Amino acid sequence: MKREAYISGIGMSEVGVRLTRAPLALTVDAIREAVADAGLTLAQIDGVSTYPGKMSMFLGFSPIGVDEVIETCGLKTRWHTGAAESTAQLGAIADAAAAVRSGLARHVICFRTVYEAAALARPDEYPPMNRRDGVTGNSQWVSPFGAFSAACWTAQFATRHMKRYGMTREQLAQVALNDHRNAALNPRAIVKEPLTLEKYMAARLISTPFCLYDCDRFTDASTVVIVSAGDAIDEVKATPIRIAASAGSVERYSWDQAEWASAYPTGRDLWRNTDYKPKDVDTVQFYDGFAFQPITWLEGLGFCAVGEGGQFLEGGTRIALDGELPMNTGGGQLGWGRLHGFGFAYESVVQLRGAGGARQIKGDPKVAVATSGGGPMAAALLLARD
Amino acid sequence: MTWQRSRVRLDDDNRAFWTGGREGKLYIHKCGDCGGFTHPPRAICRHCQSENIGPHAVAGAGVIDTYTINHQKWAPDMEVPFVIARVRLDDAPDVFLTTNIVNCQVEAVDIDDRVQVVFEEQEGLWYPLFEKARGQ
Ligand SMILES: [Zn+2]
Repeated sequence: MKREAYISGIGMSEVGVRLTRAPLALTVDAIREAVADAGLTLAQIDGVSTYPGKMSMFLGFSPIGVDEVIETCGLKTRWHTGAAESTAQLGAIADAAAAVRSGLARHVICFRTVYEAAALARPDEYPPMNRRDGVTGNSQWVSPFGAFSAACWTAQFATRHMKRYGMTREQLAQVALNDHRNAALNPRAIVKEPLTLEKYMAARLISTPFCLYDCDRFTDASTVVIVSAGDAIDEVKATPIRIAASAGSVERYSWDQAEWASAYPTGRDLWRNTDYKPKDVDTVQFYDGFAFQPITWLEGLGFCAVGEGGQFLEGGTRIALDGELPMNTGGGQLGWGRLHGFGFAYESVVQLRGAGGARQIKGDPKVAVATSGGGPMAAALLLARD
Repeated sequence: MTWQRSRVRLDDDNRAFWTGGREGKLYIHKCGDCGGFTHPPRAICRHCQSENIGPHAVAGAGVIDTYTINHQKWAPDMEVPFVIARVRLDDAPDVFLTTNIVNCQVEAVDIDDRVQVVFEEQEGLWYPLFEKARGQ
């Protein structure tokens, strides 16, 4: 019999911009909430997984590592990982699922803590990444040409999609419009108001075709999901959500050498790893650090043909809360905040439990897809309520 | 664009790429065994894992695979807007270079435009930029 892995609990800290509480405190807030949500205690936690792990050269991006969490929470762990080179953000959750399926742990805290807005305001404590001097690694191939941001890298894929397949800015705008509409119904989201197409089209450009509303903004928050083993699920009080499948892949490990985003091979692989089909999916939570990325996931996962992602978004009705494929129901990263991948797993669980309140999708949703990553990084989770 | 470009730390893999412009040459790593190109440059061919690999001067001609017009000042001294493009080299299959398209209006740039390398020197580094090929 196949061993199963479940998301048994979810938690989140305050989500804000330029928060002053320490990132470790935010992390512990989210852990406490998730553990309580699952009906567990810290004494039952025996694993920890995070993406990417503490990054001393880029502290705002990832200020908290596994060892601090183990130490602070007094955990007795048997397995842990910091998944910096795993398959994008949600790879940390897929890795935890593999660990509990193989008996290496029973209940794993998976966390992602971001502190980029606070870091920007306090550069002495949290120095920004150096993109000007002694540049090495992948940064050396882009930064000397002013392409400091993933916005510039992703924008080039979007430009090509527009020129080759005819995607319009009005179609692309539907990602931000949908995100803002849903975020306004989510009390934890940073964005409080819907966005109009007029305001979108009038916004200043960042890197064409992206305007301000197409790019997520630095956020301070911690998001946690607890992954539990099937043979430990009796200890869990909340409705468990099964991790039915996962996938992650890389085309070329470089933002500027891959022909297309790794969302395409990852989407293909997700369906190879399960008997579920795209038509079984009730809601999708697609990584949207930049508005073009959900289009690569719509196409990569086969919800539409390659090149038809823009048309799929036309008018926004198909991805709306009452549409055929409700997308980013909690507001995505453009509306909720740059939770950096983990928000999509969190929101999938909310929807599959029917706990979305004003943003809850109709019917009896049983299957969700959560994705993370852009460019060469990609991970996808297929989540199901049995 | 006269901003101070990011200074790259030179090593054995990347030195030819970032200094080849001094001789007017654009160097891309090529394998002496299988003939394949490896970019970013590494000590081992990514096609056949041979160590018989080193910098090879390519013609510096190519086409714009895709681009973006960047409007955001990511650094205070950047002059915007400017074009960031991904150039596909004619004679180095599967190699793309992120670069700037210079010496034309930003609106004049399009996918499939033919381009030719030009070098901009700053403090001993020779940045391979591209301009639209003559006759366009
Ligand atoms: Zn070779």
